[in-house]
Amino acid sequence: MARVKLVRIAHARSGDKGDTANVGLIALKPEFYPLLVQKVTADRVKEHFAGICLGAVQRFELPNLGALNFLLHESLDGGGTLSLKADAQGKTYSAALLRMEIDIPDDFLK
Amino acid sequence: MIRIANGQGFWGDSLEAPLEQLRRGPLDYLTLDYLAEVTMSILQKQRSRDPRAGYARDFVEMIGRGAVDIASSGIKIVANAGGVNPEACRDAVAKALNRPGTRIGVVAGDNILDRLEDLIAHGVELKSMDTGEPLASILPRVQSANVYFGGEAIAHALAQGAQIVITGRTTDTGLVLGPMIYEFGWKADEWNKLAAGTIAGHTVECGAQCTGGNCQVDWRNLPDMAGIGYPIVEADPDGTFVITKHPGTGGRVTVASIKEQLLYEMGDPREYITPDCIADFTSIQLEQVGPDRVRFSGILGKPATDMYKVSISYSAGFKAIGTLMYSWPDAYAKAQAADAILRERLHRLGLHFDAIRTEFGGVNACHGTLAGEPSPEIAEVVLRVGVRSADRAPVERFTKEIAPLALNGPPTVTGLGSGRPKVEEIVAYWPALIPKTEASPEISVEET
Repeated sequence: MARVKLVRIAHARSGDKGDTANVGLIALKPEFYPLLVQKVTADRVKEHFAGICLGAVQRFELPNLGALNFLLHESLDGGGTLSLKADAQGKTYSAALLRMEIDIPDDFLK
Repeated sequence: MIRIANGQGFWGDSLEAPLEQLRRGPLDYLTLDYLAEVTMSILQKQRSRDPRAGYARDFVEMIGRGAVDIASSGIKIVANAGGVNPEACRDAVAKALNRPGTRIGVVAGDNILDRLEDLIAHGVELKSMDTGEPLASILPRVQSANVYFGGEAIAHALAQGAQIVITGRTTDTGLVLGPMIYEFGWKADEWNKLAAGTIAGHTVECGAQCTGGNCQVDWRNLPDMAGIGYPIVEADPDGTFVITKHPGTGGRVTVASIKEQLLYEMGDPREYITPDCIADFTSIQLEQVGPDRVRFSGILGKPATDMYKVSISYSAGFKAIGTLMYSWPDAYAKAQAADAILRERLHRLGLHFDAIRTEFGGVNACHGTLAGEPSPEIAEVVLRVGVRSADRAPVERFTKEIAPLALNGPPTVTGLGSGRPKVEEIVAYWPALIPKTEASPEISVEET
């Protein structure tokens, strides 16, 4: 097994709805999608965003796009204009998720 | 096939993009999205000071600059630039266009600010979709209240011969769906087609964010980002469409750039709810069919709900944010020390806040502890402290405690160029639902 950051196998975009941030995680190649489904669970994402995401994490699957969508509740210090965060709309949470490390088979990236 | 362009992703987006869209090639429609959730409250304030204000002035300026192209091409324009005063916007547009005989349509009826008490009195609670609280709990603090209408109202205005349609608070997706409903004669229960038009609208509603803007894949190598092309939908009557951009413009339309935008601000992808339909994003099939051309097919939809969403804004206190920049050596330690000194001073002054938040730009402002510890040799760190309170006074006092740190705190500090931070009034957002029977679009089309 090799340990890689998600940035090697996925790209992402994030945005906001009130105090909830969404992060869309997209496999860079179709063959990476099952790995994302298996490894990047809602629990794992909740743990990853400890200290940032204070609420629940929901996960939705979009196999047609090779993508997962995560909702990170209570993650934006109230959200919108209430928020005192520099990133009040969670625009950089996409990259924050790509920091996550997962184990993949040794020959997977060859 | 019709060609529907987007030339504006939000109020504050590129002033040149809509004109480039007009001038670089043939289009049937130009759509422009000017309204964000907080925009309505800003516009409502402007209108309370001046009864002729309360709409997106950038739109009027754009119409003036593009008047010759608009007249010669016959292009139709759909914009939610009307804000809280679409009639005044129409008058200003007619003047800027200066082409007598042009038919301009207005979609109004979305502004329910004056009806809130009545609605609550007869049992429409307008509960917050976030907290479940009834609107009555904050009613005195409400600043604006607007119903989101969909594409159908825009289609009605087009059917009455409007060349320019100005709306109040319609959905972003409706700006694109409306022309399709009108041109293709889609029926109100053709859910798959309505969902396709809605997804086309979602794809282009953020302007260049689907043509390479903010795109993580190969971002260094995207061509001519200074001249990035804004998106164009080439729509067919069967609900399939291609997203592209004008030849010779910068950026890139790829399956990757499109996927990122599809997921932007996404909730449950199977239930993307609009006034027109419920769209299923898990049904979308994408195919790169040429350079800068991505085809959409297979889209499924479901019947619309019997509710409209309402965008309500209300006054929710005050905030201010102060920043200072500390340089090497020990930049992070200095910024942390300054934060501790500032907090102790606020404490000794007896100031209380609902929230006080410190972030260190260059260290943890974006990614918190995920970013790890910074290098001890870090070149510089921005200290950013924000406070929030229901009362103005403590926030005002806070703004006067930042600058002194330049002389009476840790060394090698700068970044005070713009003086004391400003106190901002917080205008918070209250999303709610209203039965469709309680509000309907008011459509009028007049010749200038």
